[in-house]
Amino acid sequence: MALIGLLLLPLLGAGVLAIGRARPAAAYTAVATNCAVLVLAIGVAVREREIGPLSGAYGVLRADALSAFMALVIGAIACLASWIGVRMIAADLAEQRCSRARATTYLVLVQGFVAAMLLAVLAANVGVLWVAIEATTIVTTFLVGHRRTKGALEASWKYIVICSVGIALAFLGTVLVYLAAMHTGGHSASALDWTSLRSHASHLDPAVMRVAFALLVLGYGTKVGLVPMHSWLPDAHSQAPAPVSALMSGVLLTVAFYAILRFKAVMDVAVGPSYSRALLVTVSLLSLAFAASLLLTQRDYKRMLAYHSIEHMGLIALGAAAGIPLAIAAVLLHILGHGLAKSVLFLASGEIMAVEGTSRIDGVHALLARRPALGGIFGVGLLALLGLPPFSLFTSELLMIRAEFEVGLGWAAAAAMVAMVVIFVAVAAHARHMLFGPAAGARAGTGADTGAGAGAGDESGGIGSAAPGVSSPLVTAPLVAGLVACGLIGVFAWPLTGLLSAAAHVVAR
Amino acid sequence: MSGQPFASGLTLAVGAVLVCAVAVLWLSSLASVIRAVSLQGIALGTVAIVLGLHLHDPALIATAAVVIVVKGLAIPMLLRHVTGDQPLERETRPLVNVPASLVASAAVIFIAFARTRGIARYVGTTAGSLVPVGFAALLVGYFVLVSKRRPVFQMVGILLVDNGISLVAFLVTAGVPFLIELGVSLDVLLAVVVLGVLAVRLRTDFGDLDLDDLQELHD
Repeated sequence: MALIGLLLLPLLGAGVLAIGRARPAAAYTAVATNCAVLVLAIGVAVREREIGPLSGAYGVLRADALSAFMALVIGAIACLASWIGVRMIAADLAEQRCSRARATTYLVLVQGFVAAMLLAVLAANVGVLWVAIEATTIVTTFLVGHRRTKGALEASWKYIVICSVGIALAFLGTVLVYLAAMHTGGHSASALDWTSLRSHASHLDPAVMRVAFALLVLGYGTKVGLVPMHSWLPDAHSQAPAPVSALMSGVLLTVAFYAILRFKAVMDVAVGPSYSRALLVTVSLLSLAFAASLLLTQRDYKRMLAYHSIEHMGLIALGAAAGIPLAIAAVLLHILGHGLAKSVLFLASGEIMAVEGTSRIDGVHALLARRPALGGIFGVGLLALLGLPPFSLFTSELLMIRAEFEVGLGWAAAAAMVAMVVIFVAVAAHARHMLFGPAAGARAGTGADTGAGAGAGDESGGIGSAAPGVSSPLVTAPLVAGLVACGLIGVFAWPLTGLLSAAAHVVAR
Repeated sequence: MSGQPFASGLTLAVGAVLVCAVAVLWLSSLASVIRAVSLQGIALGTVAIVLGLHLHDPALIATAAVVIVVKGLAIPMLLRHVTGDQPLERETRPLVNVPASLVASAAVIFIAFARTRGIARYVGTTAGSLVPVGFAALLVGYFVLVSKRRPVFQMVGILLVDNGISLVAFLVTAGVPFLIELGVSLDVLLAVVVLGVLAVRLRTDFGDLDLDDLQELHD
């Protein structure tokens, strides 16, 4: 029951929005349904710890500790992103930047997006998982193209073409898994269930499973944004409205990675861990190296955040490659910490873009002096994302590195650390430019060479911090809450340790 | 259905799927390309019908009906809608010309046969022995996707890849369970709708363009 409720809540919000035509009351009801998702997900997690895996909808849905944890991450970030999204749409409507119909479509699609991600993590069956992940692509394409500029259209076309082709490979992989499962004498209706795959894993044909797993990593890896299947990611993340980028980067990438984790659990029993380890270490190091090299020369802060996501997906893949319970628990903690910090940063970058009128790094200057609240959130968020204590990303990165050394992947961890240092220096240099400097006259000095940013810059410099609603506590409070949560989880992991360790043992035994 | 009629019926239908994929490479007018896509969908449905009759599996016949309606009728109709008033639109500047792409498709088909005999042996049925044809159709779809530059042709490429994968699924396991096939078909249909809306929006907002003209986003 609870599981069906989880899926229906965001859809209920969508229904209210469709009827209420995106009026404030309807929009805030939708936000409330997303917060209810978070509460219900916590409830499911607690219940799962008490009585074991829950199932619902005639066995189509199933929640073990791993699913419950992912639902919790989705709920938390959906709350943040939909709250800011409603504020953004209200501002767009007030300034007549978009029609009411388009505002309604946007808000309804966000609800559908959340529901599709929940279906993906709650699906008991790998086929349903595939359908749900493909559904997220379909729903988010319009969200990426929401602004209707040439760049947004280009990004959404690239996004759907690359992801549809990638996800098609994952379907081929799923078909091959089904073939191997049928050859173990599985019953056709249940052969694709996680539980049945897991229990028959030792009988699955290793040769077929090797091909299948490579296709699954390529396919779902496209949605995760792992190099070399990443090319849609920086475009989509930089063109989408900030709340959509927050949801995509904060949770959609890791929901796709969840699929890889599940198949890895089956794979390690069927073939042994060395094959999946080799595959994951390769894509992980490629992603880290690529992200580091492009972050050095990055000129756009939204793209900077996007490449930073590629780095973190690489780290998560490296943690998963280690495969021992400690590593998987660290991966899951990293998924939560990265989701919180990255969505706060994308939401803050949306605010920065709204007031500064440019997404270029050299178009933004002295943010801390001119807009202390916004600049402070952006700066602290970056520190969290770069893995500084007390934030939870510090804890999870440390645990992952320890796990790498335990399984003999120390060399890979060392290579990853080199990339992380390069990224730290690059991002810190960009952040220094954006955040520090004297408030007055800064714009006049840099305005001439900022190109596209210059025209809009002069204007917004004149408006200054007097722009209405910009740093209102209604916007900053949820962002601060997100960062505080990320810090608290880093310091006191105790409410989560039981769930994390149970979830880790779903994947690694 | 069993024995010789089954084997030859199945081979004929499977072969038709591959022929339709290759036809897309040399047909230049969009109207005939869409006809080829439609025929491929119907051929794919026929494969499912033949297999369903052979295995006495009513669910597979139902799947076949879904495939024919979605891939043989609905999607081609959507494609025609997207091309709108330019049914004679042509791929004017493909990255690879027609003779070269036919040679390339022959190479791709050869590779598919050489590389997938292992899976065919593993499956071990009459249908399984035709698996390389499914992979060939899939790879030809990829070739269309990377060598054409008009938005509609890229949509066609995605459909060919998808049909190739469905064909492999039918041949190795007599298709995935019915409910999942239903979900997959619905997803494909919606993806084509979204692609169609984007293609129309690209044309109305920015005029007649090749995908190469989209070069705004880069590092």
